[in-house]
Amino acid sequence: MTNADMSDVVVEQIRQAGAARRPLRIVGGNSKTFYGGADTADTVLSLAEHRGIIAYEPSELVITARAGTPLADINETLTEHRQMLGFEPPAFGTRATLGGTLACGFSGPRRPFAGSARDFMLGCRIVNGRAETLNFGGRVIKNVAGFDVSRLMVGALGTLGVLLEASLRVLPMPEAELTLAQSLAEDQALAAMNRLQGQSLPLSALSHHDGRLRVRLSGAETAVAAAAARIGGEILGDGPEYWHALREQALAFFAETGDLWRLSVSPAALLSALPGRQLLDWGGALRWLKTDAPAEAVHAAARAVGGHAVLWRGADKTAWLSAEPALAGLQSRLCAAFDPYGLFNPGRMPF
Amino acid sequence: MTIASSFIRLCRQIVGDANVIADPALLRVYECDALAAYTQLPDLVVLPDSVEQIPAVLRLCHVHQIPVVARGAGTGLSGGALPVPGGIVLGLAKLNRILGVDPINRTATVQPGVRNLAISEAARPHGLYYPPDPSSQIACSIGGNIAENAGGVHCLKYGLTVHNVLQIKLATITGELLTLGGSGLDGAGYDLLALAIGSEGLLGVVVEATLRLLPTPPRVQVLLAAFATIEQAGAAVADIIGAGLIPAGLELMDNAAIRATEAFVHAGYPVEAAAILLCELDGQPEQVDADLARAEALLRAAGASEIRVAADAAQRQRFWAGRKAAFPAVGRIASDYYCMDGTIPRRHLAAVLAEIATLAERYGLSVVNVFHAGDGNLHPLILYDAGRPGDFDKAEALGGDILELCVRVGGTITGEHGVGHEKLPQMCVQFQAAELEQFHALKQAFDPDGLLNPGKAVPTLHRCAELGKMHVHGGRLPHPELERF
Ligand SMILES: Cc1cc2nc3c(=O)[nH]c(=O)nc-3n(C[C@H](O)[C@H](O)[C@@H](O)COP(=O)(O)OP(=O)(O)OC[C@H]3O[C@@H](n4cnc5c(N)ncnc54)[C@H](O)[C@@H]3O)c2cc1C
Ligand SMILES: Cc1cc2nc3c(=O)[nH]c(=O)nc-3n(C[C@H](O)[C@H](O)[C@H](O)COP(=O)(O)OP(=O)(O)OC[C@H]3O[C@@H](n4cnc5c(N)ncnc54)[C@H](O)[C@@H]3O)c2cc1C
Repeated sequence: MTNADMSDVVVEQIRQAGAARRPLRIVGGNSKTFYGGADTADTVLSLAEHRGIIAYEPSELVITARAGTPLADINETLTEHRQMLGFEPPAFGTRATLGGTLACGFSGPRRPFAGSARDFMLGCRIVNGRAETLNFGGRVIKNVAGFDVSRLMVGALGTLGVLLEASLRVLPMPEAELTLAQSLAEDQALAAMNRLQGQSLPLSALSHHDGRLRVRLSGAETAVAAAAARIGGEILGDGPEYWHALREQALAFFAETGDLWRLSVSPAALLSALPGRQLLDWGGALRWLKTDAPAEAVHAAARAVGGHAVLWRGADKTAWLSAEPALAGLQSRLCAAFDPYGLFNPGRMPF
Repeated sequence: MTIASSFIRLCRQIVGDANVIADPALLRVYECDALAAYTQLPDLVVLPDSVEQIPAVLRLCHVHQIPVVARGAGTGLSGGALPVPGGIVLGLAKLNRILGVDPINRTATVQPGVRNLAISEAARPHGLYYPPDPSSQIACSIGGNIAENAGGVHCLKYGLTVHNVLQIKLATITGELLTLGGSGLDGAGYDLLALAIGSEGLLGVVVEATLRLLPTPPRVQVLLAAFATIEQAGAAVADIIGAGLIPAGLELMDNAAIRATEAFVHAGYPVEAAAILLCELDGQPEQVDADLARAEALLRAAGASEIRVAADAAQRQRFWAGRKAAFPAVGRIASDYYCMDGTIPRRHLAAVLAEIATLAERYGLSVVNVFHAGDGNLHPLILYDAGRPGDFDKAEALGGDILELCVRVGGTITGEHGVGHEKLPQMCVQFQAAELEQFHALKQAFDPDGLLNPGKAVPTLHRCAELGKMHVHGGRLPHPELERF
């Protein structure tokens, strides 16, 4: 693991870009460029060399690292202390950085049971579009001083500011983990998932695709065994490999060609009106949909059940996200409040 | 400045005569929140009784440039709902309907004035509950909880308000209604939901919320561990968390708190102990059994002089009775007390408590400690006598010193009560000028004229300079071109 503080270089690049009104493309590990709108800036601001774990205190359940630190380094350090990033972020390759992970705000299968990327964000140091270095939040679990800018940075795709470092809450690794599988049709699986989530069980993931419901249990050895006996089903020997493949989108489902949509909806919502095939994650609250339906139909279907859709991988970058008109104005004002000269990742967010 | 009678007439047209209070005697009720040391008589109180009236009132205030302070139940402890001169108080207590509980999707949709505890009561028949449980939960409103990002005993394991809200409807000062979040677990675009939670009524008024409900744990168990020194108790907290156990609650009471509550509720606490820890475990029975064995071993290894495991629900309640009655118990031994709220990294617990004792002695005041040890959230209760001239000023100064101590050890000036009016001076210690300016710019994106709860939560740089907390070069602030509110 290498260690380097490149803050001064980053700030100076942003200062010069601001003076010249020259937009920047913020780059971490180059693993997630497919996501979001088309970035129009051609000058690259690389965070990849700005790396290193700055503080890690296992008894505090908090880790602080520079934005360019590879996720792999963070996972390795946490594993040594039997701790983990509770939101199980997808890496999509070995080069993923902490900054890119938080800027995208993706969370893995454990999300409904442990929390999302933004839920684990405690504080950050950023550079805004005026080349000012700012600190928000902190390294303690409870902190309500000032507006919650650190959580706002999660999922903002770098358009509000460049993350220099972040402090995240971490979780202890469960003592035991077990995966169960059962053959069920989609609608039955959806009902089963919601039934399970309505009970006090040590659930840590629930997915369904290709006619199989999969249930992951995490906790004390005795608790996992008791819950498994109650739920029933076949015990999967390759559970860890399966959840890893789901998180990293390495399952065959994701390899098929065509537009891939990500729908965030209420966990029992029925979306049968849309053609195509879907994979259910997050106990039904996350739907991966392979469809040739037009973008407007997908956005409308998600909205009809109070949710949201984004085009994950697909041809038409302009359709990736549909913002409500009332929100679009507010979001662009907010963006201007952080980045008044429009330096950061122009085009990546749809406003 | 007083509000023009023509404006009052327009308010009456929107909410009805009975829902507008202008009589000074009746306005008195609204002059402060639960931090009664700061008072300001409002010019007018407007009490909408339908959600649709809220955007209309806000639009009116925007047109007439009248400041608005939203108010839930007024249980805030930082003066967040303190009226501002020339402004109105928008009271939301009448909007107290639970709009629906969805047992399949495990959500509740409620109006802003619904009391926190009422949500869990409505969910109980479905085997569900709403986890965030501020100690004020029988009284405080969900709108106020969202504005303050309230926490409680159980937030170490179950998170703060921000972790348990799926969607809110937010009325802007121009009368627009925004839907932030959604029915799923995340939204699209910027996470405005996370930003709005904890924004202390400065960005908009929450008019509806959809909350996540969890299944009620079938088993709950509580341990009481006594320690001969505060250091041991503090170390035990770090040991438990470091070992990978996350209790549902982990609360610490020092000797003064043990004695005060024992005299009040007779919970059977060991009154000679320097500190006790209350450790609650919940969940599936097998999980609780396993956690209980580990917690007991960890507490013993940390040097606990006595460990009691509640034998039944009645004893469990007795263990908690003292903790829950701590505030009124302290109210019996001192004529007045001032409750502070700061968070520190857990490993500094013992050192910080010792430093608080030293500071208190210097001011000639007593401090009682009873707090959320599991998340390092301190609540020192500073005892004083409001009848003795200068005593409150001393308490306020001691409180300020304690918060600055929290910042010095890497913590923060507020873990759950918010900045409000109270902690503006300490904001100048925790944040630099550029950060405060960024907050102001952010606020402007929502509320360009600065009409929503002005002067709260984020101090102006002028104010920091006045307080001597921040150096402003030659009277010049960064970015003089930016308008300030
Ligand atoms: C030297 C160099 C060479 C390159 N060569 C190529 C090439 O040959 N071909 C090619 O296709 N691309 C190339 N790129 C582009 C680049 O790697 C991607 O555009 C980049 O988006 C990927 O990093 P990630 O995996 O960490 O997350 P990313 O995919 O880096 O980032 C995901 C999102 O997070 C944002 N982000 C990342 N880090 C931060 C941060 N610290 N603060 C705020 N926002 C952040 C990004 O702007 C983006 O919106 C090159 C970049 C560099 C620096
Ligand atoms: C005995 C006691 C114990 C307490 N224990 C805890 C505790 O354990 N944890 C904790 O977090 N807090 C605690 N508190 C503090 C207080 O109860 C919380 O801050 C609570 O969230 C305030 O809710 P409220 O409805 O009373 O809000 P109010 O006091 O009426 O208002 C608080 C703030 O929220 C704003 N606001 C209110 N409603 C809205 C709305 N609908 N939209 C926008 N802004 C709004 C107000 O403008 C103000 O800034 C305690 C208070 C007391 C008196």
